[in-house]
Amino acid sequence: MGVGTFFTSKLDEAIGWARKFSIFQYPFVTACCGMEYMATACSHYDVDRFGAGLPRFSPRQADVLFVVGTISHKMAPVLKRIYDQMCEPKWVVAFGVCTCTGGFYNNYATVQGIDTIIPVDVYIPGCPPRPESVIDGLMKLQDKIAAGAQRY
Amino acid sequence: MDGSAILARLRGRLGARVLETHDHLGDHTAVVASEGIVDALTFCRDDALLRFDMLMDLTAVDYLKFPGREDGPRFDVVYHLYSVAHNHRVRLKVRVEQDAPLVPTATGLWPIANWLEREVWDMFGIRFEGHPDLRRLLMYEEFVGHPLRKDYPIERRQPLIGPNV
Repeated sequence: MGVGTFFTSKLDEAIGWARKFSIFQYPFVTACCGMEYMATACSHYDVDRFGAGLPRFSPRQADVLFVVGTISHKMAPVLKRIYDQMCEPKWVVAFGVCTCTGGFYNNYATVQGIDTIIPVDVYIPGCPPRPESVIDGLMKLQDKIAAGAQRY
Repeated sequence: MDGSAILARLRGRLGARVLETHDHLGDHTAVVASEGIVDALTFCRDDALLRFDMLMDLTAVDYLKFPGREDGPRFDVVYHLYSVAHNHRVRLKVRVEQDAPLVPTATGLWPIANWLEREVWDMFGIRFEGHPDLRRLLMYEEFVGHPLRKDYPIERRQPLIGPNV
């Protein structure tokens, strides 16, 4: 009776473990946070150690959407469309305070947090966040992926 | 050409349609009546001694509640001209009333005025008569209001746009 259940749960764990080390990211880079994103991606901090070294520049081939930088109201439909084009399972990382809350752009042009447009899994605050924060956020995302806590 | 000589030449051509002139720290400015602005700009561009062949900037200022202009015209539309040929500059201003924010277009003189005037319309709500395509430039079509007006509430939020947003 318990055999099937046992096998299924172990398979989930194996899939989660595999997924967390093969993060194909789509970098949606609009502003200065992109410099810190590049610093994190380069050899000194090296996100490739976490299996997130290969950005895909098509949302259809990506698992994680990195929203890096200020999102204006005019850009909001573009971001929404990119998110919709990604295949399940998918995750979203809000990179920097502008994407988390709008940051100090409390004005007519800026979206006050991308979670008003798309669901967000991990928030990385900072203006811009240091690479250490980014890696911390990435590891939290890995925990989430491994736990199988994605939405379908 | 010296800045004050440029202003004198403008006065000689336009007469009373130059409402006032001043220079601040070497930047010479002429305030021109609205009905004379096209003449003034055309003269600035085509006169052999002036030859302002470049429209550096076209923008606007909202003087709402500005000390000394509480009752006066609310907006200024500002033209910054530069002559590549003679290496001199001048600034022209037109006063615009709040009730009838309408200025003749400069698109026929400098093509760049097309986008600059669209930006002024977008941000300040000043219309340009004769403009071929006066749409918003920076904001999206659904946006309501003109955000650089002093009475646009800084905290106002507008609905998000786009597919299923």
